[in-house]
Amino acid sequence: MINISNVSHQIGTSVILDDICLEIPSNGITAIIGPNGAGKSTLVNLIARQAALQNGRIAIDDLDLSSTATEALALKMALVSQSVGVASRIRVKELIAFGRWPHNKGVLRETDKNVINLALERFDLVELQNRFLDQISGGQRQRAFIAMAFAQETDWMLLDEPLNNLDMFHARALMQELRSLTDHGNKGIVMVIHDVNYAARWSDNCIGLQSGKLIFSGPTNEVLTPKNIKDLFKIEVSRVSCGSQQLFDHY
Amino acid sequence: MANRQIWLLVAGLLLSSMIYLLWGLSGNISFILELRSKKLLTLIAVGGAIGVATILFQTISANRILTPAIMGFDALYILLQTLFVFILGGMSIALLPNSVVFMGTSGMMVICATILYQFLLKKDGQDLHVLILVGVIFGLFFRSITSFMQRLIDPSEFAMIQSSMFASFSSVDGFSLIISCILILTCLAVIFKHSRLLDVLALGREMAVSLGVSYIAHQRYFLIIISLLVCISTALVGPITFLGLLVSAITYHLAPKFKHAQLVSISFLLGALFLVLGQTAFERVLRLQSTLSIVIEFIGGTLFLYLVIRGRLK
Repeated sequence: MINISNVSHQIGTSVILDDICLEIPSNGITAIIGPNGAGKSTLVNLIARQAALQNGRIAIDDLDLSSTATEALALKMALVSQSVGVASRIRVKELIAFGRWPHNKGVLRETDKNVINLALERFDLVELQNRFLDQISGGQRQRAFIAMAFAQETDWMLLDEPLNNLDMFHARALMQELRSLTDHGNKGIVMVIHDVNYAARWSDNCIGLQSGKLIFSGPTNEVLTPKNIKDLFKIEVSRVSCGSQQLFDHY
Repeated sequence: MANRQIWLLVAGLLLSSMIYLLWGLSGNISFILELRSKKLLTLIAVGGAIGVATILFQTISANRILTPAIMGFDALYILLQTLFVFILGGMSIALLPNSVVFMGTSGMMVICATILYQFLLKKDGQDLHVLILVGVIFGLFFRSITSFMQRLIDPSEFAMIQSSMFASFSSVDGFSLIISCILILTCLAVIFKHSRLLDVLALGREMAVSLGVSYIAHQRYFLIIISLLVCISTALVGPITFLGLLVSAITYHLAPKFKHAQLVSISFLLGALFLVLGQTAFERVLRLQSTLSIVIEFIGGTLFLYLVIRGRLK
């Protein structure tokens, strides 16, 4: 469980996050939604210790971020961030191998190779494994970074807008893959999503942020209602039933 | 396959060293050989140190255009030299043994650089671009102070400073050289020990932190090593600004994999090779009618332009 209590964050004089208190349950996919500038990425970055905590407290499975060694946290959670620009010229397989760093400190063992091969297969990268990162498309690169986080073998995976750059096929494949990771691998997944329908279809829990404030949080089927979505995005949506599935028409 | 480039460079360095040592050998052979081998060692140590320092700096600043010279090191070096002459007077500097002057200058430079970085990097979230901007401004500031002081001192004392403002490999004394070589070798040992960590740092701050590497602490650690390397080489022979950029550009081009164990080896060998070749050309072909830095900057500049025009650099 990720425990966030009284977290506020400011950049200069502008308030990015305002007194956020919430709990993210250990299993399942938690989607963070909200309009641009709501503080979604900041929240994910604070959980992933990318920025220093200014106020409040964050604990991940009872490990307090401020008092736990960063090496220990790297075995606990992996981050796939939004701006993935790598300056160096490295191959897909080498990138995924970096995911094993918290376990092996750069010396590849047999188990590491197995995990890397598994990651290549699960994220459909076997044919691309020897390509350089600047020789593949944005979507393929995105998948390579997610495969790297997978190779880190952590209890938690944090993804900041992982569906960016992905086509319909690969977006769906990624969500299915994440679903199976949390259903069969007991991983907790926290992701920032823009499309409410992806959140409705795939997530177990949903968090709504707006202008740095928590608007709602809870099980997706309870909190993702037309009223809440209207509060969050200021647009009218209607609920559409699609088989057993609840989706939202916002076009 | 990774080692092919390295062995070729080792062979090239050995060959050019032999040419440097043996070309035109006549007269008092043992005296000339001793003189030349001392110079050769200086060239290799300084060239290698500058090459390695530039690669490290580019890794931790995630930028392939910047060099430690941008941080104002050469300017600081000349400022310190000027300060020594200004405060102590030209005669007392001339009377002091070279090794004392060398230890004093490099020690002061390491202290100044370390204080600067500790101060600038203390705050979390302050990124290296701010640091670099500050470096540029400091460089300008150091240069202005230097030229102000140079206006105040005696013209004959100014001539003493002027000789230290251009790279010169002919006036290095043995003791300083040995100390420098030991320090450079220590730095290299530390770098090789952490070469895999450098690979992770090269992924950038976000990914390094996510992989459990305390980025800021390591950045500071390597900045101190970089400043040590640049200080030693600058204090030994004076500023050579262009060499690092040239070496790093070619290193990335030659290295088959982006692994720092390879990058550091290749950049060391390349830096050394360039200086040995440059000095050979300077002494034997141009008959000392120029300074080495001009030779290096000419060859380097031409090659650099070629690389830029061919689109090999990003």
